[in-house]
Amino acid sequence: MSHSKQINGVDLVDSAPGDEPVEDDAHGLVAYLVGLGLATLLTAVSFFIARTTLVWPPSIPVALCVLAIAQMGVHLVFFLHITTGPDNVNNVMALAFGVLIVLLVIVGSLWIMSHMNHNMMPMDQIMQMQR
Amino acid sequence: MSGFQATAGHGDPHSLGHGAAREHLPKHGGGHLVSKRIVTGYGFWIFLLSDIIMFSAFFATYAVLVGATADGPSGHDLFDLRNVGVETACLLLSSFTCGIASIGAMTHRSLWFYGAMTATFVLGAAFVGLELREFAGMIAQGNGPSRSAFLSAFFTLVGCHGMHVSLGLLWLLTMMAQVYAKGYRDDILRRILCFSLFWHALDIIWVGLFTVVYLMGVGQ
Repeated sequence: MSHSKQINGVDLVDSAPGDEPVEDDAHGLVAYLVGLGLATLLTAVSFFIARTTLVWPPSIPVALCVLAIAQMGVHLVFFLHITTGPDNVNNVMALAFGVLIVLLVIVGSLWIMSHMNHNMMPMDQIMQMQR
Repeated sequence: MSGFQATAGHGDPHSLGHGAAREHLPKHGGGHLVSKRIVTGYGFWIFLLSDIIMFSAFFATYAVLVGATADGPSGHDLFDLRNVGVETACLLLSSFTCGIASIGAMTHRSLWFYGAMTATFVLGAAFVGLELREFAGMIAQGNGPSRSAFLSAFFTLVGCHGMHVSLGLLWLLTMMAQVYAKGYRDDILRRILCFSLFWHALDIIWVGLFTVVYLMGVGQ
């Protein structure tokens, strides 16, 4: 099945600095399995919470947000292999900047638009002014 | 050799590789040369983050417009959580099989690679099919994107993600064809790395999407 050794040997002789890693595949598989298990668990809890009547209803959106952020973290660590190791500093810095912009865009939009909604004249009055 | 690995693993601030890449870094050079695989992966990571920032604008638009239903149906009337659950399962499993495929590619195991890539394609295609069926059903009932601002935002956000998945499927087939035609060359493996990053990032966006759009939409 694996003609890898031979090709691998040839590759290693004349490969550029960017040669392919031969990942420890047992370890890699375990990471993906753990990620799959955790993500499935978090997804199942999310779908359960969305429709349950067991918890106080106003807390449901908050719980869903927390679960979603946790699941994104699981995906980042176990699927995208973003870690806190010294070899990952640049990746994490780029991610942190991305998260900052995402938060600014989403929270900023919601904040500003809710204020504008709040201060807007009710629709029926606008209609009357246009007549 | 072990000296090299120690330098690459801990002392070198530039070795920002994914997973096990760092162990194989300095085949040439004294440990401060960054491998092309790492540079490519990092560049693609920057692209993915900018793609996520674009999605955040769509998310913000949706969240602002979610109440603007113009007396039309809201998410509570439209969304079918069973369908969304199946879609989520498809995408999550495809993310897992994509990881298997990248291990298979890196260890040059064709059975793993082709099998897992095929599974990824089937699951991704099932996701796109389910989403298209949902869209078609909504449009057939007169609830298309022109019905209300809420539905415009919904179709833009969810459709944009679906289009990413569809393009990803094309990319997936291209990678299978390239491995078949050219073998596990370095440049092909770099492309597979980028593809798997792309596919996993799509799954992350879907996590935000099913939470904000579907689960919160049904609750309201």
